[in-house]
Amino acid sequence: MLPIPLSWWLTVSAALFSIGVFGALSRRNAIGILMGIELVLNAVNVNLVAFWRYVIPANVEGQIFALIVISVAAAEAAVGLAIVIAVYRRRHSAAVEELDILKH
Amino acid sequence: MPFEIPFVQIVWWAMTACAIGGAIGVVSSNNLFHSALFLVLSLFGVAGYYVLLSAGFLAVVQLMVYIGAIVILVLFAIMFSRRMMKPTEDEMNRQWLVSVIVAAALFSWLIVVVNSVSWPVTSAAPTADTVLQLGLAFLGSYLIPFLVVGVLLSAALIGAIFLAREKVEAEEI
Repeated sequence: MLPIPLSWWLTVSAALFSIGVFGALSRRNAIGILMGIELVLNAVNVNLVAFWRYVIPANVEGQIFALIVISVAAAEAAVGLAIVIAVYRRRHSAAVEELDILKH
Repeated sequence: MPFEIPFVQIVWWAMTACAIGGAIGVVSSNNLFHSALFLVLSLFGVAGYYVLLSAGFLAVVQLMVYIGAIVILVLFAIMFSRRMMKPTEDEMNRQWLVSVIVAAALFSWLIVVVNSVSWPVTSAAPTADTVLQLGLAFLGSYLIPFLVVGVLLSAALIGAIFLAREKVEAEEI
């Protein structure tokens, strides 16, 4: 039997996910929100790899999903930070509560 | 090997301390620069998880892409805007208490679900030479997702350059 039960991985992943959700919800700065989302994606990856190792270790699908998630996270970070830089250049602030020009 | 199992668990607890402690630092630090450095700690803990789960290739990818590229990008974006470098008044918004409640409720709900399902765990060992299998899968049955990810990355790269460049005024052209 594997030395670490599957539920430990799932518990840690749930904790990472919840912390990331808290960060994404509570930050004022857009970069802080992006970092919270990175934590959420990491929790997802831990889940994917843990299920791969404990349920279907004969295939490599779990690792493929995790790799694709990492690629999408890289794309998301690049575009998100570019938007933050563009907004900061124009408004001299990255606080999301001040970005309400679409409401007016 | 009587010491093998406790040793793996000790490493697991150390990596958990890195991952969870770093994550808490990311969301609770008032200085965004410190948040990004805590993010490195958390991502390093997750890379250790991949090693423990015998996914060594993913651990290397985690170190190179996440710590080597994404966090560096975040640090550049923070340093680019000087006002974000110094700790501002309060980095939390007004709904932080509601966020705590939502996150705690989500966590307890996930724990209940995780512990109420009996997962079909096998004790089989993973395939030998996982990296070879990954390469064959990416150039075989997963070729289309591989190409789509490539197109997505190119589109994101071009879009990021377009969004972040200095705008040239119309009369200057």
